[in-house]
Amino acid sequence: MRPAIKRGVSLYSYQEEYFLRKMTLEDCIAAAAAAGATGIEVVGEQMFPGFPRLSEAFLEQWFGWMEQYGVEPVAHDMMLDLEPYKGRYLTLDEQLASVLRDLHFARQLGCKVVRVIVNASPELMERAIPYAEEMDIKLGIEVHSPWHLHSAWMTRHLEVMEKTGTKHFGFIPDGGAFTRRLPRVAVERMIREGADEKIAAFVCEQHEKGVLAEYIIAEVEQMSNRPIDRALAMMTRHNVFSNPRSIEQFEGRIVHVHGKCYEMLEDSLDGRPYEYSIPYDEIVAALKNIGFDGYICTEYEGNRHIQDIMEVNSVEQVRRHQRMLEQLIG
Amino acid sequence: MFEKYMIVPEEARNVTENGRVTGFQFGARLPYYRGVGLSLVEDIQVKIDGEPVAPENLTVTVHGNTYTLEEMARTFEDRWEMGEVALITIRREGGLPPGEHTIDLLLNLRISYLPFPAIRKATKTIKIP
Repeated sequence: MRPAIKRGVSLYSYQEEYFLRKMTLEDCIAAAAAAGATGIEVVGEQMFPGFPRLSEAFLEQWFGWMEQYGVEPVAHDMMLDLEPYKGRYLTLDEQLASVLRDLHFARQLGCKVVRVIVNASPELMERAIPYAEEMDIKLGIEVHSPWHLHSAWMTRHLEVMEKTGTKHFGFIPDGGAFTRRLPRVAVERMIREGADEKIAAFVCEQHEKGVLAEYIIAEVEQMSNRPIDRALAMMTRHNVFSNPRSIEQFEGRIVHVHGKCYEMLEDSLDGRPYEYSIPYDEIVAALKNIGFDGYICTEYEGNRHIQDIMEVNSVEQVRRHQRMLEQLIG
Repeated sequence: MFEKYMIVPEEARNVTENGRVTGFQFGARLPYYRGVGLSLVEDIQVKIDGEPVAPENLTVTVHGNTYTLEEMARTFEDRWEMGEVALITIRREGGLPPGEHTIDLLLNLRISYLPFPAIRKATKTIKIP
């Protein structure tokens, strides 16, 4: 039987409601389960006050929720603050201690994957791998736009994977590196903040055609000297489109996937919800082609673009993304 | 992102110590999707009715613990949690006259994965009872 891709939700998706204390951690878990997810991803520094400390009582509660809502812990997203001490960066040893702190946190919560933030260096990963192997937790560097799987930084990380031959370090592609169209909600927000509509239309069209971001930015700099118009042009650099089929070149090295979404629309012509800017049909097809059997976790991030004009409904956006994945995975 | 939630006017009030009004305070949230160790708060700047507040007259209270900006820079264990309403207190003899006042708030965080300073600004009207 073909291995099936599993569906999870990153609780990052509910950041708006959690921030405003409209949802608790338990509410977020319940919403993810109600959307049909079987896995939970967390950002430790987001919804776990007192991070990285976890009390016995809390852990009992946590595993109680997992059982009650029929879900399992999947991944913890680690951050790496290189500058807690003003005026100097952490040494490599101090950075390693930070990663070990997160590995330990993930293990306590029962997560088998640690999402490594993109600013972690290949040298640091090489140092961390033996600990991840020992703890049987997979480290995955997040391939987050504007990086993509073939970026120089990711190639350096790939060299570490190849050199060590480890099964405990790989990639976590983020849907945001496959933005065929610029997120509409983000463009509209910039127009509300004063960006020129004609320039916005030009930038969107050029991005969709696949024109290099640096060229779009250079052209817009000729058209306008207003910072907001130039910022809009720079969106093409930060919302990169790379070919979803590039995933197929990394068979065995994809440990987890971030199902980034900015705007989930209810129905397309074939009757399933779809993401306005990211071709999830192609992403899921590529993952199936290499027999990926890990988790895709929904990561809704559209709230920041609409919170100025409407109440954010992350629960509904996640529900649509999960329904889309369910249909695409089959 | 989250700028509109930075200033929490519901927490605005004058502060009384030993029967004397020694300043005023208002609520503030970090405009960020996670909590951070206090040393990562690079700077907090406040203007009241357009007039800048001297940094030494400003303290921040998170879940009952109060810090000056200098103390925050040396605090690695305590955190300003995501969405947590901290209290920013400004020392000012006599506080503010009752009524409406304009607050400008700037928060600067050292976020290592961003190649530029994370400076966020907000302006709101508060009402001193």
